[in-house]
Amino acid sequence: MANSPASAQHDDDVLRDGFELGFTYTRSVGPVIGAFLTGLRDGKIVGIKGSNGKVICPPTEYDPQTSEELSEIVNLPSTGTVKTWSWISQPHKKHILTQPFAWALIQIDGADTSLLHKVDAGSEANMKTGMKVKVRWADDRRGFITDIACFEPA
Amino acid sequence: MSEELKPVEIIDSPVYMNYSFAAGRATSNFLRSIKEGKLVGQRSSITGKVIVPPRGSDAETGTPTFEEVELPDTATVIMFTVVYIPIPNSKVQPPFIVANMVLDNSDQTFIHLVSGCKNEDVKIGTRVKAVWRDKSEWAYSFNNIEYFQPIAGEAPVDIDALRAKRLKEVEAFKHA
Repeated sequence: MANSPASAQHDDDVLRDGFELGFTYTRSVGPVIGAFLTGLRDGKIVGIKGSNGKVICPPTEYDPQTSEELSEIVNLPSTGTVKTWSWISQPHKKHILTQPFAWALIQIDGADTSLLHKVDAGSEANMKTGMKVKVRWADDRRGFITDIACFEPA
Repeated sequence: MSEELKPVEIIDSPVYMNYSFAAGRATSNFLRSIKEGKLVGQRSSITGKVIVPPRGSDAETGTPTFEEVELPDTATVIMFTVVYIPIPNSKVQPPFIVANMVLDNSDQTFIHLVSGCKNEDVKIGTRVKAVWRDKSEWAYSFNNIEYFQPIAGEAPVDIDALRAKRLKEVEAFKHA
């Protein structure tokens, strides 16, 4: 940050420097998100059964319609369908993937809601709403959303 | 692998914000001076008061400041607190003193460490002098001063009297 391109546009009298403000938070995840993250760590995707019997993935602690507390964890496969997507031609450092990819809402097979994640499809031409995708698991998994490295065309 | 591992209960969720900080012209000059071991403030032409570190304007009147004033590295403790929690990545060990001080010939307080003495010896009004780091370590930073140390043999001053004296002194510099 110290040598941001913007600095060249300003006069040289002004000193500039990078400054990082960090908050090293940890948070407790609770039983439901915890089950989802535990599943990811173990290479499995889980959802939760809602009040109306529909399966919510990623799982929520309360039913979105009735606010009823939910607890019935459902095992799901690691495949799904792209419901909608947006192509990222210039990935940011924080995107982890260095090559262009798509952000997509992916409905995991057996679920009734969608999960936001990346699809590594090589090029925008390979992306299509309704396409089938499968999880590419990260090599080192620790119970975090990045345990899914991305999805890829199935 | 799941058999041996416990369910996930806690995740790291840090937030980092990366800023590019521009010091502005006045503070840049202050930092350039402190790199040479000098303290330079700015005088408000309206109030005659000297602001250090300078921000290029006088907060009291909202007017820009231009006149630079070199200041001594001696100061008076206006307020202080004893801190019992450590500063991350610092050699400074608690309990240590963080003080609000005013440099001689200036009118705005700043915050720095007071050390090199017994904590009990620091009072409101204690006279202090900067202890500079080795010249080889000087950077564009107020941390070129490692801490302020009480001046041996100087008695604490009455800060109300100090304020009254300064207000009289700055009269001479006020905009006519």
